[in-house]
Amino acid sequence: MASAPRFLLPALGLLSVLSLLLGLSTGSVHVSPAELLAVFGGDKTSLSQSLILDLRLPRILSAFFTGALLALAGTLMQVLVRNPLADPYILGISGGAATAALLAMLAGLGGLWLSGSAFVGALLSMLLVFGLARSGSNWTPTRLLLTGVVMASGWGALISFILSISPNTSLRGMLFWLMGDLGYSHSPWLAAISLLAGLLLCWPLARDLNVLNRGDLVACALGIDSARLQILLFMLASFLTAIAVVQAGSIGFVGLVIPHLMRLLGATDHRVLLPSAALAGGSLLVLADTLARTLLAPQQLPVGIITALLGIPVFLYLLQRRARLT
Amino acid sequence: MSHTCLSAEGLHIRLGGRTLCQQLEVQIRPGQCWGILGQNGAGKTTLLHTLAGLHQAQRGRILLDEQDLQDLSRRDIARRIGLMPQDTHDDFPATVLETALMGRHPWLSRWQWESRHDVLLAEQALASTGLAGFARRSINTLSGGERRRLAFATLLTQSPQYLLLDEPANHLDLRYQQQIFQQLQILASQEHAILMVLHDINHAVHYCDHVVLIFNDGRTRAGKTMELLNEEQLSELYDCPIRQYRSGKQCWFSVADTAP
Repeated sequence: MASAPRFLLPALGLLSVLSLLLGLSTGSVHVSPAELLAVFGGDKTSLSQSLILDLRLPRILSAFFTGALLALAGTLMQVLVRNPLADPYILGISGGAATAALLAMLAGLGGLWLSGSAFVGALLSMLLVFGLARSGSNWTPTRLLLTGVVMASGWGALISFILSISPNTSLRGMLFWLMGDLGYSHSPWLAAISLLAGLLLCWPLARDLNVLNRGDLVACALGIDSARLQILLFMLASFLTAIAVVQAGSIGFVGLVIPHLMRLLGATDHRVLLPSAALAGGSLLVLADTLARTLLAPQQLPVGIITALLGIPVFLYLLQRRARLT
Repeated sequence: MSHTCLSAEGLHIRLGGRTLCQQLEVQIRPGQCWGILGQNGAGKTTLLHTLAGLHQAQRGRILLDEQDLQDLSRRDIARRIGLMPQDTHDDFPATVLETALMGRHPWLSRWQWESRHDVLLAEQALASTGLAGFARRSINTLSGGERRRLAFATLLTQSPQYLLLDEPANHLDLRYQQQIFQQLQILASQEHAILMVLHDINHAVHYCDHVVLIFNDGRTRAGKTMELLNEEQLSELYDCPIRQYRSGKQCWFSVADTAP
């Protein structure tokens, strides 16, 4: 198998652009490519201008950056716990965010208060796992993973409890935090800045991540301060996940499937894998959101359902194909 | 030249409430080949890791070319001391060449990519371990013995002066066992120092000029192979009767035949 094919990053770049254009032109009102060009060319008379610039563009950019955040966080989390089955939510961050958001809803709060509580919940969960998984200087991936999984199921129980005592009228809004939905994300800038910062922070460490994948001992023996690297990985992956959850709830499968997909396509080196995963995660979520808006229009589906329906067959197909090749 | 060495001074190692090694004094110099012998769980691997700076000793110092290991950065150490661990993790896919190239990690700055020279070093290391045609293969498809040879190739690519190996002959068939030990002897003759944990006393007899014996009660002995390896010492070390056998110039040790 060839490693990191040269065409992968350019192809993913192209895919990202195409998915963004498709997302912009598809919806309740179809916008032709010519109209799109006119709007971006500064044509202020076009009827579609406000539809595209004020409604669709923010949502589609949100989708792209959220997907990229999730895929990046998933990649980092998999190295951190040295387990290819890890996803960004494995350490209970989404559970903490959802619990805090549901409590805020129950208290009658909304808007920024809701996002703020979700973010605080995510950070709280992250610090709890961090504190509990580290006893002295001992920090093993297994211990971290177990602590995270137990925390996540704890949050799950709390969420079920809150849902069962909540009034029926607020259940639908609560579902957002559990299934993931981009319908509420209006400004993509927080996600965009976090993504950029995340990439700038972790890309210089990409070669260290390659080595850490081979185990703690190998990493130390090859000159890496692996304890420090793992704390940084934990903080970064958790923070990126928290931002993604605040932006669009807990969207599943992107963070698990995309890193694998990229590895199956030959991107095993993190210097290629990190940007590839970000681009592919963004594209997948834009396409999934476009489908979620149009499949049963005018009704909108939670995007988490679509990411699962799209991601799983592609992933299983690639896994089968690879099993035959090796 | 004489001051370059990896030495332990009054080394005292404890792990899990048990003393593994007390007051160890040892000096490993370039050109020497050392073996560590002892029973299962005696602390051979922990000693190896401690000397590589990967495990904290309770007391004593480790000096690398007269500098305390604690004062050196991990990267500095990794350029001079290399470790071939007992086993490696292959949970994530990577190619054989990518894996061997990881040995260059301590030599590359943060923004540097592997150069043509680095790839050449890795390819030479793969060729010398019989993995020449494997460069593009995924490590998940390798056998146990091939993985061991890849770990050795990674160590060769790292090219440190001090090579620390944890049971290098594990999983290897006789031909590759002989090959890896011969390669290590050549490296020793080129001013490298070798220190390896060994299971087989006879590997130590044939390939090591010095040995460290770790007894189960934490006592240690270090010195020349010829002086330390005898029936009495080894029977005590392994807690079972061991005999020396000779055939012509060759000699080897084996468990005494106690059958009636």
